[in-house]
Amino acid sequence: MTKFLIENKSIVVPGEVIAEGNSEISGDAYRDGDNLRSARLGLLNIENKTLLPLSGRYVPYRGDVIISKVIDVNLNGWRLDTNSAYSAMLPLKEGVSEFVTRGADLTQFYALGDYILCKITNVTSQKLVDVTTRGPGLKKLTGGRIISVNTHKVPRIIGKQGTMVGMIKEATGCRIIVGQNGLIWIDGQPEQELLAVQTIKKIERESHVSGLTESIKSFLEKETKNTVVDR
Amino acid sequence: MTYTKRADGRRFDEMRPIEAKVGVIKRADGSAFFRIGNTSAYAAVYGPRNLHPRFLQDPQKGILRCNYNMMPFSGTGERVKPGGNRRSKEISLVTQMALLPVLNLDEYPNSVVDVFIELPQTEAGSRCAGICAASMALADAGLIMNDLVTAISVGKVDDKLVVDLDSSEESYDGIVTDLPVAILPNLNKITLMQMDGQITKEELRKVLKMAQEACKTIYEIQKSALKERYVIEDA
Amino acid sequence: MKMHKELREHIIKLLEKGLRLDGRKSLQYRSPIVIKKGIIKTAEGSAHVSIGDTEVLAGVKLEVSEPYPDTPDEGGIMVGAELLPLSNPEFELGPPGIQAIELARVIDRGIRESKAIDLKALCIKEGEKAWTVIIDICPINDNGNLFDASALAVISALMDTRFPKYENEKIDYKVKTDKKLPVNVLPIAVTVIKLGNSFLVDPDTEEENVIDARLTVSTKEDGTICSLQKGGETPFTFEEIDKIVDIAIEKSAELRQHILGNR
Repeated sequence: MTKFLIENKSIVVPGEVIAEGNSEISGDAYRDGDNLRSARLGLLNIENKTLLPLSGRYVPYRGDVIISKVIDVNLNGWRLDTNSAYSAMLPLKEGVSEFVTRGADLTQFYALGDYILCKITNVTSQKLVDVTTRGPGLKKLTGGRIISVNTHKVPRIIGKQGTMVGMIKEATGCRIIVGQNGLIWIDGQPEQELLAVQTIKKIERESHVSGLTESIKSFLEKETKNTVVDR
Repeated sequence: MTYTKRADGRRFDEMRPIEAKVGVIKRADGSAFFRIGNTSAYAAVYGPRNLHPRFLQDPQKGILRCNYNMMPFSGTGERVKPGGNRRSKEISLVTQMALLPVLNLDEYPNSVVDVFIELPQTEAGSRCAGICAASMALADAGLIMNDLVTAISVGKVDDKLVVDLDSSEESYDGIVTDLPVAILPNLNKITLMQMDGQITKEELRKVLKMAQEACKTIYEIQKSALKERYVIEDA
Repeated sequence: MKMHKELREHIIKLLEKGLRLDGRKSLQYRSPIVIKKGIIKTAEGSAHVSIGDTEVLAGVKLEVSEPYPDTPDEGGIMVGAELLPLSNPEFELGPPGIQAIELARVIDRGIRESKAIDLKALCIKEGEKAWTVIIDICPINDNGNLFDASALAVISALMDTRFPKYENEKIDYKVKTDKKLPVNVLPIAVTVIKLGNSFLVDPDTEEENVIDARLTVSTKEDGTICSLQKGGETPFTFEEIDKIVDIAIEKSAELRQHILGNR
């Protein structure tokens, strides 16, 4: 028998008792005798039995598509800043599909400071990270601007099946690519870019509040004075 | 000699007024402010992040690094020369030991979680205020923790057992025992304990119970501050 | 995350439309600008200033010592700054580096050269004892433009300063007298940055990373310049200096209102 001691959709702090009994939840929680306690500051959803993080730096995972920045170019490839505690390695053959002669200048492909949309192919137990740019849509990002949000807000910013970010793209006419690591690339007309940035920051602040989709829809409609389609 | 009245009129088991706020330093990954009486502390957490030099890295888990520092204008008397001293280094160490037990840094090998504690003004109880702020900041930074950490000073002034010694009591002209202690409020464990002065076994037992009670109040305040961070005011 | 060529070009493109990354105009300071005085009880004077998200604390401590032999009837001023790692992930623990030193010295000159404090008023006994005013700058959150925020914090802290009790050649820091430190002038620092062909005030963190050059100008109420500091690798033309000084005088009047409205 599970007895939840916290109201649904409320914030819990580390150590707080979430439930008594045999329940399990998906998220950072631990057993202490008969009690299930939270192991982090998070948002508890009793219906879904999840404990969602509200903050915390990005940790690289295999399969994630992220936006990273070139911080070093050497003979074997490129070293990238992933917006986490761990840098990533983009090996030569994963970064370029054509044949490259030995000792060629690799900066012709990706140079210091370039932002790249890449996919994480492997993370070792020591958190050594390998990435690739061989895959659909993966490439160097040129033009536009990059902003940073908390990685845990990315699902809300993307929305179910991309509906939230789709709404922003349509209302602002901007191209938007959201990296799992919290870096977001936005490219469009200056005023529209600014609106997209403000909208995304608003979602980041209010991600845990219900009725967010409606609230963002209204915000966009007010700012653009256009009807926004919520697919 | 008997100690009959506290300078600010508090009961012997009463703490000074407390204020706590979370998310006060935007550039940090987690942050908090904690004030008790006229002692206030900021704490900022950066991490997990890259750790240099290499030899400091632990391949099994992330490491915690704490730095406690008093701002030059924070002392009750003369200016405090910037740059830290033996006292602040020791406090940094015991603070680190007070916070480490609640943290699980297994997910972050070879990295560091940095905690910076800065005190703009101090009037006794500064290391405890720093720990209270740091614990909220660590939670705010989204780290895996099995509990928060609360801390308060308890002790003895002449014949009276007291909670939260203020500066007049710390420098009391007579018998004084000052015992800062950090307690995990849910798991009921002690992670910091130091003492200046003398105490009997029975007094120690009593005074730790008083600390436990006081820490329950601190915990509720920390909890509120963390939850309040996420309250959205209608625009 | 310094010097990104693409970000710089993007900002310049936005500026052609009169917009900055956060939607501000070129000569617009962030808001709100908040100044709170007297918040630190252990300091003889203190102030907390925020410009947008940048927050700085300044505190004043007073000490008594022997005056310098060549100025026996004058006290002294000292300004220190520590770029606390608490306020910016890029700041490291350790003694003040060149960035902190430059900040302290520029603010020092603004206070000293404007004669904001009459050093003779600090004299206690000529040739024997005089007050030293020590100001320390501690950033709490660095989101750009520490220069201007620190200068505001320092002058506000000085306006808040009261002498502690001084009896029998001993200072009793626990007792603050009603005697205020006489502050005659309110120097205000305005940092103007050059980016491409545009001039901006109050750069935030992203803008600070891509500037070509900066000029910090401190001015008194009557428009007299009392401190100048050029930074950055790109040179200025004479016309540009002229233009920047005009901008600084105009903006410093605006900033001074925040202090005066706060007395």
